[in-house]
Amino acid sequence: MSTSALQAARLILARDLRLALRKRGQFVQPLAFFAIVTTLFPLSISPDLARLREIASGVLWVAALLASLLALEFLFRDDAHDGTLEQYALSGQSLTWLVFAKTTAHWLLTGVPLALMAPLAGMSLGVPYAALPGIIVPIALGTLVLSLIGAIGAALTLGVRRSGVLLTLLTLPLAVPVLIFGAQATDLAIRGASFAAPLYLLSAMAVLGVTLAPLAASAAVRISLE
Amino acid sequence: MAWTWFHRLGSPPHVYALAARLTPWFAWPAAALILAGLYGGLVLAPPDYQQGDDFRIIYVHAPSAWMSLMVYVTMAVAAAVGLIWRMKVAHAAAASCAAIGASFTIAALATGSLWGRKMWGTYWEWDPRLVSELILLFLFLGYMALRSAIDDLQRADRASALLAVVGVVNVPIIHYSVLWWNSLHQAPSVMKLGKPDMPAAMLAPLLIMLVGFTFLFVYLLLVRLRGEILRRERTASWIREALAE
Amino acid sequence: MSEFLYMGGYAAFVWPSYALTLVIVALNVIWARRSLDQARADARRRLLRGGATT
Repeated sequence: MSTSALQAARLILARDLRLALRKRGQFVQPLAFFAIVTTLFPLSISPDLARLREIASGVLWVAALLASLLALEFLFRDDAHDGTLEQYALSGQSLTWLVFAKTTAHWLLTGVPLALMAPLAGMSLGVPYAALPGIIVPIALGTLVLSLIGAIGAALTLGVRRSGVLLTLLTLPLAVPVLIFGAQATDLAIRGASFAAPLYLLSAMAVLGVTLAPLAASAAVRISLE
Repeated sequence: MAWTWFHRLGSPPHVYALAARLTPWFAWPAAALILAGLYGGLVLAPPDYQQGDDFRIIYVHAPSAWMSLMVYVTMAVAAAVGLIWRMKVAHAAAASCAAIGASFTIAALATGSLWGRKMWGTYWEWDPRLVSELILLFLFLGYMALRSAIDDLQRADRASALLAVVGVVNVPIIHYSVLWWNSLHQAPSVMKLGKPDMPAAMLAPLLIMLVGFTFLFVYLLLVRLRGEILRRERTASWIREALAE
Repeated sequence: MSEFLYMGGYAAFVWPSYALTLVIVALNVIWARRSLDQARADARRRLLRGGATT
């Protein structure tokens, strides 16, 4: 009885989610980081909500981007460490699907919580209630793209000592469009305008990312395991 | 039959010798073209009716920007060849491109910034073409950083090659960004289908500079490639002969 | 001549641009040639040490 790629992917997704429940601390870190960063801005700039509202979009997105980059470090780390990743590569299953499953699990564990937490940070920055969907949806989509793109960099830097800054440098060029359009979407929402246009662009990036990034990431994994 | 030349390119001694022979054919024309272009751009070309003499920056800015894109594409193609056909020489070529590309990207950004100061009244604007050129610089730096972070040469070659190929998506974005978004940077006046908009006396030095810089890149690549090959071919006996010349 | 240097008032932008670009061109040429020379010297040294082993 052989498992199809989709079945294997679902198994890996479930496994990663279960393992994460046991290592909860690891996944709290990016959220805590996000909270700290967004708190620093009102403290350092001004408590005036009107002024904070002007920069709220930028603050939220930069914090979300940095938190995601922080989280990327443990996408492959544990599995690479104990040889599980090698088993995946040798298993004869489609590595692309397995990598996609891991990336999806990663997003569910880091990106989605960020997207749900961001409204709280937003409100502390003076964002009106009506704009909250304009925070949650773009950040959810944006972190998905970031997880997909970041997986490529994470795979390329497997086993490299102190890869944090290197990973940021590698991921940033491709992450900039996400930042630009995501921040634009949130900013439009804050101003009460329709954020459909940048949201469509983010969705397009997500589609492109879902189809192409796992391919590149699995190639990167194979290169790093050689 | 037609592919023998391609497979011969996989042989380091062959490429080393070929590069040595080709070098003067690119070095001297590059020097001549660049000098001619400089003279044409600084002296012969008439001042622009809108920007006066400020527009002359184009004769260094456009070639630098062209270099940055051309070098990246070359690097990505060499990287792809190295990945697909597992040719060490291709990886050596890609590695040779990185520093050249990074430095001319800096030149493009800096000269563009100086030009922009007078044209737009600002040293920097967050417009798509400037941002994507900046991203290109990060791609070069990331490529170089990744290479130096991985100890095993073969893995470093392949990992950085993958990075270069993934990043190539940025190149069309840079070129077309001025069309897709209405922004500060001027729309293409040379690299578009149909006749360019500039008068001949202004256009000629620009084309000369572009060709001259292209020859310069090939010259630089050939020289660096020879060094890379020597560094990599440690146990080869052909080196003895090659060094004798 | 001085009018040429003056560049219609844009001297402060034009000349630094040209200088910077030409410096970068020169540096590239120097680095490339130095890289080749060093590689050749290293290879020669390795051969002298007998046998070009890694």
